[in-house]
Amino acid sequence: MGPRPFRYERATSVAEAVERLRRGGPGAKVLAGGQSLVPMMNLRLVEPERVVDINDLPLAHLRREDGVLVLGALVRHHTLEESEDVRALCPLLSEAAAWVGNARVRSLGTLGGSLAHADPAAELPMASLALDAELVLEGPEGRRTVQAPEFFRGSLATALEPAELVTEVRVPVREPGEGWAVEEFALRYGDFALVAAAARVRLDRDGRVAHARVALAGVGATPVRARGAEDRLTGELPDPDRVEGAARAAAEGVEPESDPHASAGYRRHLTYVLTRRALERALNRAREGGLL
Amino acid sequence: MRERTRVSISFELNGTHRHLEVDAHRTLLSVLRDQLGTLDVKEGCDEGVCGTCTVLLDGRPVSSCLVLAARLDGARVTTMAGLSADGRPHPLQEAFVRHGAVQCGFCTPGMVLTAYAYLRQHPAATREELRRALAGNLCRCTGYAKILDAVEAYAREVSLGR
Repeated sequence: MGPRPFRYERATSVAEAVERLRRGGPGAKVLAGGQSLVPMMNLRLVEPERVVDINDLPLAHLRREDGVLVLGALVRHHTLEESEDVRALCPLLSEAAAWVGNARVRSLGTLGGSLAHADPAAELPMASLALDAELVLEGPEGRRTVQAPEFFRGSLATALEPAELVTEVRVPVREPGEGWAVEEFALRYGDFALVAAAARVRLDRDGRVAHARVALAGVGATPVRARGAEDRLTGELPDPDRVEGAARAAAEGVEPESDPHASAGYRRHLTYVLTRRALERALNRAREGGLL
Repeated sequence: MRERTRVSISFELNGTHRHLEVDAHRTLLSVLRDQLGTLDVKEGCDEGVCGTCTVLLDGRPVSSCLVLAARLDGARVTTMAGLSADGRPHPLQEAFVRHGAVQCGFCTPGMVLTAYAYLRQHPAATREELRRALAGNLCRCTGYAKILDAVEAYAREVSLGR
């Protein structure tokens, strides 16, 4: 069937995109990779009056600034997955990107688009929480920075104001002694996760957890941090009992809903299993010095 | 401001230069099939999950139903027909025939292109890796085993230098 007719506008600068979105009001939609927008337009779930194509904006950059990896919003999933720089500097992001949809989605889908779409079961929003990512937004009022936990407001809802774009994502470069892992369970490989878990842990010289981040997808209206799990690990020796307790805390801390794909109880069980597996793999990598 | 509902695009389709005007809301799938008669591209789900409309865009697999044709200017598009040379099927297509990997044939172009693109990047792929690479392409006939047999056999031919 394909989309209904719309007015197509191609922006060449962030300022122009913002202006076109402002003028277009609620009837305007941003087109980046199109892997969420175009299916919704094909199904006529979204019928924009105008589509502002931002693919020509200079936002596909990857750059290191001291301890931060700066990623333009138009960096595509396949780049996150394959780029030597991303794999070395922020391997959690590469591992998360490899779980996104299928090869076709990863060819075109963008980092900024995935975050702005904010599907609660999507991998990259979850990864942004595990990474303490900072999002740079630009809109009619100028440029501002939002921390990932403040960005996600509800299912498909974010802190983006009208006519505002995600332009950059800033994530910390992996530190020595840091391990990471992403685990996911879906009905079929490539489907949205029933539940996914991302873990990032850093061990100090005594083998205690100096820093822990656990983030989950598919267990609520937004991706969430499993703070109960993080608190149980921080400052402690991560022996199997400790990891087990952290995974249990993650499962107790979520309030998933039942839907036709999985019951709330099953999602809670998956939260436990996937958090435990993610922590075990992340800790093993941390013990190996966090090497690839 | 002038309404832009028509867009002029120049792109390469299977090695041939094309220049045409398209409706801005048309997808690449619709332009390929309805405007250019490229019928080896199949329309399936229209939401990017079945893989039958797969084409290569600048060498990477995409769902042509999820690409706006207006974005095609300057691009290189390859459909399954573009893999064959001098009227002969590509060796990967021959492997599909040899292994009985084609039943109704509807998923075949998408399967062939997905496997072709993946093997160019990962020539030493294992069967398990091939399973994952093809996971986004659905087949309702074969049960997948013969498709994997065909792709694996072709991969071995390539890695042996054929």
